Amino acid sequence: MELREGLLYSKSHEWVKEEGDIAIIGLTDFAQSELGDLVFVNLPEEGDEVSVGESFSDVESVKAVSDVYSPVSGIVCEINEELLDAPEKINEEPYEAWFIKVKDITEKEELLSAEEYEAFVESEQE
Amino acid sequence: MLIFEKGKEGRGLSLFPECDVEVVMPEEKDRRERTLHLPELSENEISRHYTELAKKCHGVNDGFYPLGSCTMKYNPKINEEMAALPGFTEIHPLQPAHTVQGCMEVMKTLEEYLCEITGMKNMTLQPAAGAHGEFTGLLLIKAYHESRGDKKRTKIIVPDSAHGTNPASAVMAGFSVVSIPSGPDGCVDLEKLREAAGDDVAGLMLTNPNTVGLFDKNILEITKIIHECGGQCYYDGANLNAVMGTVRPGDMGFDVIHLNLHKTFSTPHGGGGPGSGPVGCKEHLAQFLPSVLVEGTEELKFRKPEHSIGEMKEFYGNFLVAVRALTYVMTLGREGIPEASQNAVLNANYMMQKLKDLYTMAYDEVCMHEFVMSLSDLKKKTGVSAMDIAKGLLDNGIHPPTMYFPLIVDEALMVEPTETESKETMDKAIQVFRDLYEMAEQDAEKLHNAPVKTPVTRLDEVGAARHPVLKYEFSK
Repeated sequence: MELREGLLYSKSHEWVKEEGDIAIIGLTDFAQSELGDLVFVNLPEEGDEVSVGESFSDVESVKAVSDVYSPVSGIVCEINEELLDAPEKINEEPYEAWFIKVKDITEKEELLSAEEYEAFVESEQE
Repeated sequence: MLIFEKGKEGRGLSLFPECDVEVVMPEEKDRRERTLHLPELSENEISRHYTELAKKCHGVNDGFYPLGSCTMKYNPKINEEMAALPGFTEIHPLQPAHTVQGCMEVMKTLEEYLCEITGMKNMTLQPAAGAHGEFTGLLLIKAYHESRGDKKRTKIIVPDSAHGTNPASAVMAGFSVVSIPSGPDGCVDLEKLREAAGDDVAGLMLTNPNTVGLFDKNILEITKIIHECGGQCYYDGANLNAVMGTVRPGDMGFDVIHLNLHKTFSTPHGGGGPGSGPVGCKEHLAQFLPSVLVEGTEELKFRKPEHSIGEMKEFYGNFLVAVRALTYVMTLGREGIPEASQNAVLNANYMMQKLKDLYTMAYDEVCMHEFVMSLSDLKKKTGVSAMDIAKGLLDNGIHPPTMYFPLIVDEALMVEPTETESKETMDKAIQVFRDLYEMAEQDAEKLHNAPVKTPVTRLDEVGAARHPVLKYEFSK
């Protein structure tokens, strides 16, 4: 399982990168490996509202469709349109394949550091 | 080889009658530019083509088919004989009612029997399949609330173990979906249900036994919670095969239900269908049912309920499927119906008991008509997934169980043997499951590459989903 220092992680397996007032959100390497090869992704639209703990996107593998949850509340200011045509990018480079950028952040869930997230995944595995 | 690649230009057959109308050729400019590529084959070639395709398939007539939640039971041939009777086939839906009294009696009798089995007041045979029935039932619930001037009920509660069609049908009917988590026992979490229940709830959709094969013992409490908040209870009849003739959804507190005649009542499934998903309801919803209910004693008449939601399908639904289902119910009778369910439950428990020392059961207790195994231990230990075991079964002439469902169980395989399998068939399947487990431990690679004996081997499902080829390219 690959982790990136400097990113924050949610217990529902999203990563968050904070750049000034903007939060960039994607799926962790662990999440993509559990889901398997992704074949479809649904993204919100720019200007949509996202809320902590609520689904803002779903990803589809040959097994199932899974929700992707937002670790922050705010307004979507950019989406990664490239993913719509190439969902495999999420499997190949999970930490480059960001889903959305969020601005006007009003709330954040308690996020984990790389070490804390690693320990969390290990405890979940038992 | 596709049928387009067979035969030869100019070859024909005698199946079609001579053309008895004048042939008119359109002007050159009005003709299509490209040829139609209609296949031209002899009767013999066509016959061989489809026989060859049939040999490449696996159906209930070929072997064991324990596809969980789908109830792939044997379809008795007497059903087909009855459905082929000229009185049922040589009719037209627009014929006057007095000339099709026998067909109407079939509809009325089936409605009465199915209402008796489920504890409902009326039933429409119109919906063409399960999800179509769900949509119909939800529209009844919507019409009911609207008729009372209650417009604030916009939500349908669905447990996270539900069949995927439940939330999809609810959204299609204009509701928003509230998903509630299951408890550690796989059943409805009563606390979460109470939190979700409110005056904005239109209803709850539930199947019992649920999708992990367990009968929810709190069912009376569950339906009471929903009724107390003013909602309606919808029963997804997908798992009725576990309880028919023993316990009735109506007595559990459900207001509206659908049945899958192609599951529980032994009519053909899938590609061989068509399906049929009758919707039954209690008296307070009956005024909203789609039309063509049959009533009367001497002369039968069609009736459209007063505040009908309208037609869900043209005419009477898949009528010949209803003939098959009625044949099944009458063949089994009052004693046979519950006995079929009891055997379905017995068979599932037999297989579960014979496998649980090797395979991890998701819920290790007495199951109903199906059980769910989690292969996540095996995957961690050997790298062999539920998918790999499923593919290994194909090499042994067994159709795989349902995979990766319900979503609340990791690496799930859901096994439903049905009542129409013999002990010998199940013993053989149990041995195959055990052998595959051993193979996973000794030679995982072999299972990653399975199947190798089928007409097509391991499919590139990811490639097919990412780069689908959706049309045939003619070479000429």
